[in-house]
Amino acid sequence: MSAILEVTDLQVSFHTRHGVVKAVDGVSLRVEAGQTVGIVGESGSGKSVTCYSLLGLIPQPPGRIEGGRAMFGGQNLLGLSEAELQKVRGSRISMIFQDPMTSLNPYLKIGTQLVEPLRLHQGLSKAAAWARGIEALREVGIAEPTSRMDQYPHEFSGGMRQRVMIAMALITRPELLIADEPTTALDVTIQQQVLDLIKDLQKRLGIAVIFITHDLAVVHEVCDVVNVMYAGRLVESAKAEALFAQPRHAYTRALMRSIPALQDRGQALYTIPGLPPDLSLLPSGCAFRARQTEDRQGLCLTDRPPPLREVAPQHWIQDCPGCVEGGLS
Amino acid sequence: MSASSLTPLAALPRGRSLRQDAWARLRKNRLAMVCGVVLAGVVLLCYGGPLFCSYRIEAQNLDMGATPPSAQHWFGTDEAGRDLLVRVLTGGQVSLNVGALATLVSLIIGVAYGATAGYLGGRVDSVMMRVVDVLYSLPFMVFVILLTVAFGRSMMLLYLAIGAVEWLTMARIVRAGVQAQARQEFVEAARSLGLSDARIIFRHIVPNVLGPVIVYTTLTVPAVMLLEAALSFLGLGVQPPQSSWGSLIDQGAKSMETYPWLLAIPAAFFSLTLFCFNFVGDGLRDAIDVKSSKD
Amino acid sequence: MLRFILRRLFQSLLVLGVVFTATFFLIRLKPGDPFSGEKAMPASVRAQMEKRYGLDLPVWKQYFVHAAAFARGDLLPSLRYEGVPNAKIIADSFPVSLVIGLSALTIAIGVGLPAGIVAALRKNTWLDYSAMSLAMLGICLPTFVMGPVLQWIFGLKLGWLNVAGWFERSDWILPSATMGLIYAAYIARLTRGGMLEVLNQDFIRTARAKGVPGRQIVMGHALRGGLLPVVAFLGPAFAGITTGSFIIEKIFQLPGLGQHFVGSVFNSDYTLVQATTVFYAALLVLINLGTDILQAWLNPRVRLT
Repeated sequence: MSAILEVTDLQVSFHTRHGVVKAVDGVSLRVEAGQTVGIVGESGSGKSVTCYSLLGLIPQPPGRIEGGRAMFGGQNLLGLSEAELQKVRGSRISMIFQDPMTSLNPYLKIGTQLVEPLRLHQGLSKAAAWARGIEALREVGIAEPTSRMDQYPHEFSGGMRQRVMIAMALITRPELLIADEPTTALDVTIQQQVLDLIKDLQKRLGIAVIFITHDLAVVHEVCDVVNVMYAGRLVESAKAEALFAQPRHAYTRALMRSIPALQDRGQALYTIPGLPPDLSLLPSGCAFRARQTEDRQGLCLTDRPPPLREVAPQHWIQDCPGCVEGGLS
Repeated sequence: MSASSLTPLAALPRGRSLRQDAWARLRKNRLAMVCGVVLAGVVLLCYGGPLFCSYRIEAQNLDMGATPPSAQHWFGTDEAGRDLLVRVLTGGQVSLNVGALATLVSLIIGVAYGATAGYLGGRVDSVMMRVVDVLYSLPFMVFVILLTVAFGRSMMLLYLAIGAVEWLTMARIVRAGVQAQARQEFVEAARSLGLSDARIIFRHIVPNVLGPVIVYTTLTVPAVMLLEAALSFLGLGVQPPQSSWGSLIDQGAKSMETYPWLLAIPAAFFSLTLFCFNFVGDGLRDAIDVKSSKD
Repeated sequence: MLRFILRRLFQSLLVLGVVFTATFFLIRLKPGDPFSGEKAMPASVRAQMEKRYGLDLPVWKQYFVHAAAFARGDLLPSLRYEGVPNAKIIADSFPVSLVIGLSALTIAIGVGLPAGIVAALRKNTWLDYSAMSLAMLGICLPTFVMGPVLQWIFGLKLGWLNVAGWFERSDWILPSATMGLIYAAYIARLTRGGMLEVLNQDFIRTARAKGVPGRQIVMGHALRGGLLPVVAFLGPAFAGITTGSFIIEKIFQLPGLGQHFVGSVFNSDYTLVQATTVFYAALLVLINLGTDILQAWLNPRVRLT
């Protein structure tokens, strides 16, 4: 399969008054057509910044893309001008966000917002775009789409708004959808419906999806390939089956242990001790060392960042002897 | 206090109270600090300065007439040969007094009204706020003028009249703050302990809405001074031989062609003071309310 | 919507009634009466005048007579201008105030809105700082300082415009600019604050992710919400501009309604005071109704009830 998006060695930093923060440090990703690729990590791991910087959506300054390439349809996204990026955003790559309550403009009609990408990118007339908008609402399972078009976001529930966001993102039939924690802010019962909707539409439309989440259980359900990020770097990247069958990195194992559904009943819930490190004060060696609870912790690298190594076909890990059994041999 | 017996205080990270935090932020705002110092200087000058002046405000020297600033009269003299320096400083006292007292009046009415409405909520609240809306839409300047003429231009009534029309925004701010606080657990707790409504309002809720009130009070002072000056300019404020900055500007404007300093000096004092009050108020707002602080 | 307007209009009638009553009694508390002018009037003439205008009646009777007249829309004749109907005085002088007020409002919005938007978009740059410092200056310079300064520059030094008076077509410029620039300062600050608040919202990020170009984001997505504080300010601003005309008209010697109001208070011209106050109140009530409707139109979450 050919990759529709290939990110290599992405470097993003934020230049603040308190120093330079390396939010993303050498991340590489590969998304194939029709595939769902997960990016997993705690808040501040750089998973969202990775995706936002692909589309030029990080605030610059203070943010700055320091290096790397992101090839998409023969173009390097990182080298495009703002005007060129605007033609990609919402047309060939769309995004949906975490909080549907705040992501829709409260002052504009649902319909107006929904058909905006069509009007912008495909130059459709108002009437034609509106008709497509009604179709799109029906497609995401919103009842009475014709009258719903004329309503405002505050007249929709959270789940319904996320459906609108999805309809809006897919209305131009993009090749790639970036979903940034699309279910996190929703009620548990609604979460499943929205996940099913995304899976269903993906299958029907054949689009590729990058799924950003902190929830490995969700990843398990939807993703073909999983990238685990920690402190701005990739720590493990593999096919989903391989990763879940045999997690190689200590951080991936820790994340998996903290999925409630996989834990023993009656036991106290496992959580990873401590907090993700401050990115402006990263240690020079393995960033996970301080929170490691496995007995090999003493072996973690302290002098240099562990390199990425392919341990099996398409299974990459951050090779730290303390975090990976038989690492850095 | 029981916590401190468990953990030695020195072992705890040095926490800072909200007030210390706000003060630290304010200190970093250089413009606001400079304005605060200037303001303190102006106040000191207005109240202390006249004690050291050898001229009295009403002392006329008709032979002299209007003279530009000189060694004897630093700010010059007006047409009646009165020393402008002492007139500007005592005028400042009047303006600052009005600013302080009328603000106090508006503060008392506004806080009491707003707190009651916000705390009681429901129908009472909506009626009380509707009244405020209606009062907002009145030509309040008209009523200040009517009040001042009706009650015979006494200074005390001037303060009351201005304060009586300037409390509306304060009431809205307090009410919004109280309403947000009244839903909090600690109010529930206080109520379940059987505390009376009045006690809960003034002991538990008011301290929590203090921040916005302080900010808005600082911003009310210049607004009130402006109103007083406008009244004096119309000939409705303080009466000669007393002077306020507004009445000095009024007299100065009449003769600005020939004696420009009579307008320039009081206007500069007045504008500088308003400027400083507004910047201190803005600085306080940024310091107290983290949400609206810059970047 | 219609019900809302009708209800508000009904409420307004109550408000006008209260305004009328308050004015009626307040102005009568003032020492002196309409006929205690400069020259003493012979007692017989005075008695005749009082009789003609019903001032010999007990105050409560006068109140009902006047209230009934006002309720019919009859604003009564002026006491000082010997029988000239107050309605005519208002009709003659208000257009002057209206021209000044509307052009001041236009200047305020025309200058303040773009300045605030630019300051918000170029936040923390020299453009922002200079615009906001100017705005602060505008807020701190009262009209009665700004007015004389403008008179001095454009009237005396440059000689481009008349210092005062209402004779030439260009005479509206200085008074409108004086008041307009001061309100422009408030509007610029409000616009900047409102725009910054909105530009930080998630839905702006959504618009950017859709590929909406920057200018269209500002005009189509941010402006509506960013303008809400400004629209809410329009009511008070208009009130300030109308009553600010007392001072402007004094500075620039304009024959507007403000002069008549202040004059009538000084002269104890009871009926004219009543007429102008009720007129001002009615005007503001209508303006506020207008801004409320405008706000509801801009913000779908506001329900007019």
